[in-house]
Amino acid sequence: MSANGQQHDVRKLLRNPLKRARGLGSAQSGVGHWWTQRVTATALVFLALWFVVTVLGALHADYATARSIIAKPWNALLLVAFVLAMCWHAVLGLQVVIEDYVHTRWKEVALLVLVKFIAVLGTLATLMAVLRVALGA
Amino acid sequence: MAEFSLPKNSTVQPGKHFPAKDAKKSRTFRIYRWSPDDGQNPRIDTYEVDLASCGPMVLDALLKIKNEIDPTLTLRRSCREGICGSCAMNIDGTNTLACTKAISDCASGDVKIYPLPHMPVVKDLVPDLTHFYAQFASIKPWLRTQSAAPDRERLQSPEDRKKLDGLYECILCACCSTSCPSYWWNGDRYLGPAILLQAYRWIVDSRDEDTGARLDDLEDPFKLYRCHTIMNCARTCPKGLNPAKAIAEIKKLIVERRT
Repeated sequence: MSANGQQHDVRKLLRNPLKRARGLGSAQSGVGHWWTQRVTATALVFLALWFVVTVLGALHADYATARSIIAKPWNALLLVAFVLAMCWHAVLGLQVVIEDYVHTRWKEVALLVLVKFIAVLGTLATLMAVLRVALGA
Repeated sequence: MAEFSLPKNSTVQPGKHFPAKDAKKSRTFRIYRWSPDDGQNPRIDTYEVDLASCGPMVLDALLKIKNEIDPTLTLRRSCREGICGSCAMNIDGTNTLACTKAISDCASGDVKIYPLPHMPVVKDLVPDLTHFYAQFASIKPWLRTQSAAPDRERLQSPEDRKKLDGLYECILCACCSTSCPSYWWNGDRYLGPAILLQAYRWIVDSRDEDTGARLDDLEDPFKLYRCHTIMNCARTCPKGLNPAKAIAEIKKLIVERRT
């Protein structure tokens, strides 16, 4: 290491800088991620508004009333949509944060996979709860 | 993790002080100094410059310091009129060109001058831009055509020529790229605002016939999509350009061609 923190690796010094700049080339992807993030964000603008209004409406309700609010078909449908959009959007967003800031490869990959596991489990658990209420199990 | 603090050998130390001798109108400049040869940490040297005998721009002050006070001060400069991009540095907290930044436009108090942020330093105010230039070369920044070369110039309508305005003026000074946090954290793979603006300059050129291949090369989570619309690039550009808009246009084209 030199004084300004640069690594003097002979192998790297011998390579043309273009080798590093071109790297592994284009992954030919990224647009799907980018576009889905925007579409889920748009959906969440409306779904989150609906969610806040509905939660406020059920704020002081007793258990049976709250249950009956969720059991209404439209409310159950929108709640499922809200959970799906939110988890999907969260996974996409967290992926970007992890890729941006975590530069130790194994930690990066582990976190990316862990976030997806947690999101899928969380989504399934919420869906199951909503469906049980809505379908009256 | 991304680097949020300086390594020990990069921590900046207090440096030398060069007081002005019988100055009529003195202004203090605090300048980052580092030499690869002495094994010392970087330091901030303080120079008092008599503005009564100095030109109006920060570059004038830097050259006055180099000529009259401390010849060891190292910086790049060439055209002194904002067209070569050599004297790009961080002045008064903003990346800009020393030759077009007026001393009177700096905030009151000492004028602080650092090299472009988060680049390896060659010496003092001279950053190592090797990777930046290699990234520029990687987008093949020249007219690429499939059709046979014509006998005369390739013509372009005034409307199509207008699309290059706000792009062709880029002088590749690297002010924008080195102001971009995304380029700081992932500059090894993210092309950064300057190179992406240059890429768009060729994508939008009506005479270029390799638009698809150019978009193919950019469609990558790191090369292009590390742009999170932070907008530091547009705020800092000494030529008043908007690289963030050029990047947004590239993203739009990539969406458009698949729907």
